[in-house]
Amino acid sequence: MANDLVVDNASREMVALDTQQYVTVFIRNQMFGIPVLQVHDILANQKITRIPLAPQEVAGSLNLRGRIVTAIDVRRRLRLPPRDDGKNSMSVVVEVDGEPYSLIVDSVGEVLSLSDAKLEKNPSTLDPLWREVSAGIFRLDNRLMVVLDTTRLLTFDS
Amino acid sequence: MDDLLSEFLTETSENLATLDVEIVRLEQNPNDRDLLSNIFRLVHTIKGTCGFLGLPRLEAVAHAGENVLGKFRDGELEVTPTAVSLIFASLDRIKEILSVLEETEAEPEGDDQDLIDQLNMAAEGKLADMQGGAGAAAEAPVEETAEEEAVEEVDEDVHPDLGRPLMPGEVSLDELERVFQETAAEPEPPVDESGEAEHPEQEDEHPIAASSDIVPAKTTEPKPAAGAAGENAPKESQVSNQTIRVSVDLLENLMTMVSELVLTRNQLLQIVRNYKDSEFQVPLQRLSHVTSELQEGVMKTRMQPIGNAWAKLPRIIRDLSIELNKKIDLQMIGAETELDRQVLELIKDPLTHMVRNSGDHGIEAPEDRKMVGKSETGTITLNAFHEGGHIIIEISDDGKGLNLDKIKAKAIQNGLATEADVENMSDQQIQQFIFKAGFSTAAQVTAVSGRGVGMDVVRTNIEKIGGTIELNSVEGKGSRFTIKIPLTLAIVSALVVEAGGERFAIPQISVVELVRAAENSEHQIEEINGTPVLRLRDRLLPLVSLRRILDLGTDETQEEGAASRETFIVVSQVGTYTFGIIVDRVFDTEEIVVKPVAPILRHISLFSGNTILGDGSVIMILDPNGIAAATGEITITDDADQRQVQRDRAMDASDVTSLLLFRAGGSKQPRAVPLALVARLEELEAEKIEFSDGQPVVQYRGKLMPLVPIAPGFMPAEEGHQPVLVFADGDRAMGLMVDEIVDIVEDRININLSADTPGYMGTAIISGQATEVIDAGYFLQQAFADWFQKSQPYSNPTAGRARHVLLVDDSAFFRNLLTPVLSVAGFMVTTAEGPEAAMKLCEEGKTFDAIVSDIEMPNIDGFEFASQVRGSAWADVPIIALSSHTDPEDLDRGREVGFEDYVAKSDRDALIDTLNNVLSQDA
Repeated sequence: MANDLVVDNASREMVALDTQQYVTVFIRNQMFGIPVLQVHDILANQKITRIPLAPQEVAGSLNLRGRIVTAIDVRRRLRLPPRDDGKNSMSVVVEVDGEPYSLIVDSVGEVLSLSDAKLEKNPSTLDPLWREVSAGIFRLDNRLMVVLDTTRLLTFDS
Repeated sequence: MDDLLSEFLTETSENLATLDVEIVRLEQNPNDRDLLSNIFRLVHTIKGTCGFLGLPRLEAVAHAGENVLGKFRDGELEVTPTAVSLIFASLDRIKEILSVLEETEAEPEGDDQDLIDQLNMAAEGKLADMQGGAGAAAEAPVEETAEEEAVEEVDEDVHPDLGRPLMPGEVSLDELERVFQETAAEPEPPVDESGEAEHPEQEDEHPIAASSDIVPAKTTEPKPAAGAAGENAPKESQVSNQTIRVSVDLLENLMTMVSELVLTRNQLLQIVRNYKDSEFQVPLQRLSHVTSELQEGVMKTRMQPIGNAWAKLPRIIRDLSIELNKKIDLQMIGAETELDRQVLELIKDPLTHMVRNSGDHGIEAPEDRKMVGKSETGTITLNAFHEGGHIIIEISDDGKGLNLDKIKAKAIQNGLATEADVENMSDQQIQQFIFKAGFSTAAQVTAVSGRGVGMDVVRTNIEKIGGTIELNSVEGKGSRFTIKIPLTLAIVSALVVEAGGERFAIPQISVVELVRAAENSEHQIEEINGTPVLRLRDRLLPLVSLRRILDLGTDETQEEGAASRETFIVVSQVGTYTFGIIVDRVFDTEEIVVKPVAPILRHISLFSGNTILGDGSVIMILDPNGIAAATGEITITDDADQRQVQRDRAMDASDVTSLLLFRAGGSKQPRAVPLALVARLEELEAEKIEFSDGQPVVQYRGKLMPLVPIAPGFMPAEEGHQPVLVFADGDRAMGLMVDEIVDIVEDRININLSADTPGYMGTAIISGQATEVIDAGYFLQQAFADWFQKSQPYSNPTAGRARHVLLVDDSAFFRNLLTPVLSVAGFMVTTAEGPEAAMKLCEEGKTFDAIVSDIEMPNIDGFEFASQVRGSAWADVPIIALSSHTDPEDLDRGREVGFEDYVAKSDRDALIDTLNNVLSQDA
């Protein structure tokens, strides 16, 4: 992997590379990809402290080895119905602008290496909310993967 | 050693070390401009600091060196090995002098004219023919002098020492030197310990033959003192080795790490607490100790004296006094008080602003001061000291104080309040306006202040670091600002509370006290139109439900049983505003590290940060400022007023009492009753009011309580609620029906007695408004005609007859207040309006069982009265002192002159208890 990388810290994942790796996550059977370089941790169920008055997308905050991480419920961010009670969730910790965020998703899948050339633009008919957080779509053999733009995912006003 | 000097030594040693390396590099790369300017800058710095510290010898050498370097830099001189050697020689000389300086804290005597001359020659470009080799000053050949003289002849305009013509008013080094030497020849001046000591001429114990002004003599050999220095020269600087410079970033980082360590330690301790006799306990204790010490140590590295933040102030005040034609003296007390540098940085600007304000707005012009009988010079005092875990900084001036009328006018003009609002405000409330945005009382914008950046910014900045600011101003006398700030921002002590199933931390600094409230406890949450309030001692505390303000949802079952459920009230203080936060539970206090919240949460003003608790869970830290702001009440409060009044009371002996203000009888005019007389405030449901024999009554605590109207013909409310003041005594209670309960204030009462209307004691000005003070006794008798004749609930059962008490108080109000109180308790009361009247009674042969006397009275005060009594026929009659303020000193003095006991004026229960006690002892 490292060999393929153009070492350009400023825009690591945006520089045209042959392939990029994505951590795949699932929400309501939809597959999403998060660039692996942004992912710091994958967490199972965590004790989350509620934050009153916070935007509804914010599930709370949690302690990750002494760091306070803000947890974002991706379902709520995408205006999807809440998870069934009792169903386990997973969290993917990403760092945006030096701040760690934990994205709560239904489950986490494998890591895929995908060629940038195959990244397709968002279909124009896609829900604006989704278009906002999607950096593009990959056509995999049996399903479609939406690449999450974490920065935009964490930009919300409510 | 002087801080300044040791810092200078450290810095200069560092600079010299750098110079050694840099100059060698320069020799190899003579054309490196950057290198050259860096070297020039370093030497320049050394010269500048020496001049500042009054180290003439060092300065002269550095100056000469700088000249040469300047020529290098300007390309006028080539960087030759000879020249470089000369520069090195000057550096070595500086080092020598420094090492002596370090030992003796004074520059060694002697001078460096030899070296300076050489350097000047070099600067003149006359070095080419000089083969000085190593160029050590000591070896400088005599003939150089001749050449130097030649220089003087050749070019008279250019001074040899400076390499440039003398500026007007400048004195040549030679001349200066001469002056110094001549001074030294005089009888030895007293050695000034304070840092003047560096001047060689004063330290000069072996005045060297007047050699200094004879140039040639100097060049032959180094002076004895310099020789001594020379022997020590190779020694490494001691001071510079004792301190190292560490980047602030590194320290911050260390602090964060230690903070984390503290948290982890807390976590471990919490775990171990659950296992008794664990083998971890002992090592953990040690770990705990070490951690604490480490934490303390690291904290110390960040501590700086507050004087650092004050350094600019004398200059500012000086400029200010010139600009404004005022005479201002700036006193700075406690400059050595240390606090965290982060905090220091943050208060620097607010402090500067406030001192400037004091000078600009506070201190009057000298002629104005003279007119009001003050000294022409105004004083601004800065005082810093530690108190608990806080630093208190007071900024006071003896100027004109805040002009309330101006503030009022400005507040109205700026739309901060309406005229009607202002009229109803107390002085303290009006003063608080200066903390509002866009407020400046200076009529004109001077260069100094009045640019609209004002006290609001100061307040915000101070509150940002968890501090508070209070204002105390007396018109004509001056103002005092009191700032209270935490020592450090890194670790704070916080109270952990729970509301709505979530835990929150409240910084301990803003927590005043905790109150448990439950149905059966002393304190209960009461409601006024759905707004919860708490009666706390003598005031009504506004309450905020944390659950409600954080939108934590209300559990229905819990909410319904709220009255019976136990809750806790965290009494918090923000500035001068005190309020209570209702929480469900209160846990421990914990030391927490405040961490900023994620950017997406920063807009929530109720949180100041978050942290990780000992058990590893994340917790939000509440910001009391934010909560206060969210309740809409931030600066204009009655609490501030009360606190102010309480403080005034300490300074001023007039009678201050807590009064309940209410409206009744349809009148708009407020009425007042001493709070001490009121047992409870009730809002009765209208339908619960019944009539018995035409008189309204209500079932109250299993009994019938008569309700008395304030004016005949007043009927209770037919629907909704009827507010009632309950006066209770023993097992009897009566309710006085009023229209509206307005407020509780503490105020001085100047009653203008008007006994015309029954039920009124008179009219007083309370909170700036004419207020009728009701005579509670009158209404008590309305309810129970026999109230005062009734059995004696408080009196001692052994007492067969009513005890006769003499009440001595100069205040008619207090006599009128206490007479019914004492009567109610079963005492016969005789009053006297002063010691003179009382002694008259004594002469008339009257006898009393006890005397209750005020302390603060005109002509004869309570202490004197007591001694008079002791020497009279009443020698054995116990005397109880009444006072508005009871401090231990007064107490001791009171006991000495024969007071039996000391009771606070407003505390009627204590008075009665004390009386009963005293009398039963007597019996």
